[in-house]
Amino acid sequence: MSNILSFVTFWPLVGAIPLIFLMRGDGPDERLNAKRLALFVTTTTFLASIVIINGFDPADTGFQFVEERDWLGVLTYRMGVDGVSVLFVMLTTFLMPLVILASWNVEHRVREYMAAFLILETLMIGVFCALDIILFYLFFEGGLIPMFLIIGIWGGKERVRAAFFFFLYTLLGSVLMLVAMIAMYWDAGTTSIPALLHHQFSYETVDLLGWEIIGGAQTLMWLAFFASFAVKMPMWPVHTWLPKAHVEAPTAGSVVLAAILLKMGGYGFLRFSLPMFPVASEILSGFVFTLSVVAIIYTSLVALMQEDIKKLIAYSSVAHMGFVTMGIFAANQQGVDGAIFQMISHGFISGALFLCVGVIYDRMHTRQIADYGGLVNRMPVYALVFMLFTMGNVGLPGTSGFVGEFLTLAGVFQVNTWVAFFAATGVILSAAYALWLYRRVIFGELVKESLRAITDMNRREKAVFAPLIAGTLILGVYPSLILDLMGPSVTALVAGYETALAEAADRVVEIVVAQK
Amino acid sequence: MTTVDLTIAFPEVVLALGAMALLMFGVFDKRNADGSLILYLSAALLAFLGVSEMAGHAGVKTAFNGLFVVDGFASFAKSVILLGASASLLLAREYLMRHKMMQYEYPVLILLATLGMLIMVSAGDLMTLYMGVELQSLALYVIAAFRRDSARSTEAGLKYFVLGAISSGLLLYGASLVYGYTGTTRLSGIAAVVYADGVSIGLTFGLVFLCAGLAFKISAAPFHMWTPDVYEGSPTPVTAFFATAPKAAAGALFARALFDGFGDAVETWRQILVFVSIASMFLGAVAAIGQTNIKRLLAYSSIGHMGFALVGLAAGSKEGAQALLIYLAIYVVMNVGVFAFVICMEKSGRPATRIADLAGLSSTHPNMAVCLAALFLSLAGIPPLVGFFGKYFVFVAAVEAGLIWLAVAGAVASVIGAFYYLRLVKVMYFDEATEELDISLPLTHRLALGGAALVMAFSWLPFINGFGIVEAAEAAAASLLG
Repeated sequence: MSNILSFVTFWPLVGAIPLIFLMRGDGPDERLNAKRLALFVTTTTFLASIVIINGFDPADTGFQFVEERDWLGVLTYRMGVDGVSVLFVMLTTFLMPLVILASWNVEHRVREYMAAFLILETLMIGVFCALDIILFYLFFEGGLIPMFLIIGIWGGKERVRAAFFFFLYTLLGSVLMLVAMIAMYWDAGTTSIPALLHHQFSYETVDLLGWEIIGGAQTLMWLAFFASFAVKMPMWPVHTWLPKAHVEAPTAGSVVLAAILLKMGGYGFLRFSLPMFPVASEILSGFVFTLSVVAIIYTSLVALMQEDIKKLIAYSSVAHMGFVTMGIFAANQQGVDGAIFQMISHGFISGALFLCVGVIYDRMHTRQIADYGGLVNRMPVYALVFMLFTMGNVGLPGTSGFVGEFLTLAGVFQVNTWVAFFAATGVILSAAYALWLYRRVIFGELVKESLRAITDMNRREKAVFAPLIAGTLILGVYPSLILDLMGPSVTALVAGYETALAEAADRVVEIVVAQK
Repeated sequence: MTTVDLTIAFPEVVLALGAMALLMFGVFDKRNADGSLILYLSAALLAFLGVSEMAGHAGVKTAFNGLFVVDGFASFAKSVILLGASASLLLAREYLMRHKMMQYEYPVLILLATLGMLIMVSAGDLMTLYMGVELQSLALYVIAAFRRDSARSTEAGLKYFVLGAISSGLLLYGASLVYGYTGTTRLSGIAAVVYADGVSIGLTFGLVFLCAGLAFKISAAPFHMWTPDVYEGSPTPVTAFFATAPKAAAGALFARALFDGFGDAVETWRQILVFVSIASMFLGAVAAIGQTNIKRLLAYSSIGHMGFALVGLAAGSKEGAQALLIYLAIYVVMNVGVFAFVICMEKSGRPATRIADLAGLSSTHPNMAVCLAALFLSLAGIPPLVGFFGKYFVFVAAVEAGLIWLAVAGAVASVIGAFYYLRLVKVMYFDEATEELDISLPLTHRLALGGAALVMAFSWLPFINGFGIVEAAEAAAASLLG
C-alpha cells in the first residue's frame, strides 16, 4: 500500500461526511449511531496506522512511505514520515478513539461534535505527514477551524471569548510563518521539506532599517517560525490563550489540545527551526533557554495558586513544554530524544489528567478544587488512577514522565549547567502543585454533602483509562520502545545540525566575539 | 477584413445581438409578462458563451485596427465574467418574482452590462476601454435603482451614478493626458513610447488619473465610498451581481491597461497599487468589524478582497497577473455561493439583512449553516479552504517581486479580517436562535450554495487539483505578458 499515509490522513474526513450531510434526526438512536460511527472510524484509522509503524524501518533516517503527486499546477502534494513524525502520527491515532469514547456522555449536537473531531483528526495527522511546507501550513492552520467550533459550541460559560482568543492568537503567529515560508520558497525555489532540509539559508549579517540582524535571513525566518510555534507550544509569555481555551473547552477538546495540538509546536521546531536554520538556532538558543526556564519556574508557581483544576493542569502543561523547548534547543542526542519522549509522554499523561477532571466534572459540574475533598472514600479506583497520572506528571521514576524530564535535563546540562540547575527546580515545584492538588481533591474526610452520592468510575471510563495507564507505565520502564524508533532519525538530525554549524563555525565565532 | 474582425469579436457580437433581440421580444410579446423566459434565455446565452470561452485562445489576435484584442488572458477573464453573470442572473429570479420586480428589462440590462465588461477586458485602446466602462456603468446605474418605489434603491442608483460619473471623468482626463504625452490612445502605441522615452512627468499624471478611475470601478480604497451604500441600497440580486462579474471585469481591465500600455513602467505604477492595495486591505478589514448589516459587511469584504487581488497586480509580474486571475475567479465563486443564501434571507415576507438574523442558523438549518460557514471561512482565507490559495498565490507573487513587507501587511490584514468572518460563524453556531428566519432556498440557490461550498472545501484535494484553474490562469497570464 503506497498510499497508506493519505489513507490514514483522510479516512477520518471521509467518515465525517455522512455525519454532516447524510445523517438526520436528533433522537437517542441517531445520537448513538453518530458516536458509534465516530468510534468505528477512529478505531479503523488506528488499525491502519499500525500498518505504518509495522512497515517502518527505524534504521532508515530518510522519509518513508513517501507519496508525491502534482498539486494545483505549481505545488506538489508530498507526504512521508521519519522516525520523529511517525511517533506523533501514532500518538494521534491512538488517542482519538479514546477521546471519542470519553465523549460518550455528550448529548448536545452529537453529529456535529463527532464530525468536528474527525475533521480535526485528519488535519492533525496531516500536519505530521506533510512533506511540503504549504501542505504543512494547510493542515497546521486548518486545525483551528474545528477546534474553534469545539470550544465555541460545546464549551463552558466564557466559551465565545475563549474560542476567539484561541483562534486569533494562533492565527497571528501563523500568518507570519506563512510569509517566511513564501520567502523560503523564493530563496530555495522549492517547497519540498526534504529539499529544504538540504538547502543552506544565508546567515550573513544583514542591515534592516538600521538594525544589524546577526544571522541574517536565517534569523528572520527563524523568528517568523518561532512566532507560530511558540504560540502553539505554548511558551511563556505567549501562553495566555491556553488556560482560557482549556478551561472553556469540553473535556475531549482539552485532551486533544493538550495531548496533540500543543505537540505541533514542538514538532515544528524539530522539523523546521533546528535543521533548516541551524545558525539562527544556535544564536538564539540562549533566548529559548531563558524563556523555557522562566516558563518552568513561573508557570509552576502560577499553577500552585490555581483554584480551578483544569487551569492548574493547563499551567502545568506550559511548564512541561518548557522542558521540551529546552531539550530541543540543547540540540544534542539526549536533549532531542528527551524532548520527543517528553512530548509523547505528556500526550498520555496530560490527556489522562484532563480526562480525570472530566470524570468528576461529569458528576459534579464544577472544577473548583474547593468543591471536592475526600473522594478516596467514595471513588477508590478513581483515586488510584488519578494518583498514577499525578505521579507521572511529577516525573516519578517508573512512569514515562521521568524519562523525558531526565533526558532533557541531561541534554541541557551538557550545554549550560545553569539552565539545567534552574530547570531542575521545576521538577520540585511540579511535585508541590501536583501533590497538593491530589491531597485537596482526593484525601481527607468526605465532608461535603454534595459528594456523598458520587459514584466511582464506570466500565466505559475504565476502558478509556486502561490504555493510557498501560502506555505510561510501559514507556516508563521500557523507554527504548520509542527511543529506538526515533534514535537514528534524531542522530541524523543532530549530526546535520553540527555539520552545518561547523561549516559556519568561523562566522559564528566572529559573531560571538562581536557580541562580547 | 471586417468579417475577420467580427469573428474575433464573436462573443460580443452574439451578446449584443442577443440583448437587442430579447429586448424586442420583451416589448412585443406580451405573453411573457413576468419575463422569466427572457431571464432564462439570457442566462443560457451567458452560460453558453462562458463555456465556449473556456476553450481559451492561442496567440494574440487584434481586430478593428487594434482597438480590440483577444488573447488567453481575455478568454479567461471573459469566462469568469460570463459564468458569474449567468449565475447571478439565475439567482435573481426568485427574489424579483417575490417582490414583483420581474420585468424583462432586468436580464437585458444585465446582458448589456456584461457586454460592456467583455469589451473592457478586450480593450486594445483607451477609447475602447472607456466605451466598455461606460456601457457597463450605465447599465449598472439603472439596475442599482431597479426598485423604483424604494427610496434606498433610488438613492443607491443616484449615488452610484454621481460618483461613477466623477470617476469616469477622472478616467477620461487621465486618458487625454496620456494621449497628449504619447500622441496615441492605442495601448500598444503607448507601450512603444514608454519603452523608447520612459515615463515623462505628464504621462505619470495621466497614469495616476487613469489608475484612480479604475480603482473606483474596482471599489478599492480610497475610492470605495460608494460601495457600502450601493450594496446596501440595491435590491439583493443586484448586489450579488455587483459583487461578482463587475469586480472580475474591473480587475482584469486594470491588468490589461497597465501591462499592455505601461508594461515597462512597472516601478511607476507599482507605488500607486501598493498604496491602494494596503489601504483597501486594512479598510476592508477594520471597517467591516462594526457592521450589523450583512450587505454592508459584504461590501467592506469586497473592498478588502480587491486589496488582496491588487497585491498580485502590484507585483507587476507574470506570477502576479496569474495570481490576480486566480484570486478573482475564486472570489466570484465564493460570492455566488454567499449571495445565493443572502438573497433568500427573509423574515415574514420582508428581506432581512441584519447579521443577527443569522443567529442559531446551525440548529434550524444545519446544512445551510455548514455551507455558509465554509464560504465565510474561505473568504477569510483560512486553509484548507480554497480562499487561502487565492491569498497564497498573491503573496508568493509579491514576495517574488521583492515586496515582502507588502505580503506581511497583507498577512496582518487577513488576521484582522478573519475576526469578522469568524463573528459570522459565531452568530450562526454559538448564538441561540431568537426569531427564526423563514428561509427556503429554491433548487437553484441550493445548488449554488452547496456547489460553491463544496468547491471551496474540497477542490484543493490533489485528485481534483482545483479543476486546473492554476494552469489555465498561468497560460492566460503568459499571453498577457508574453
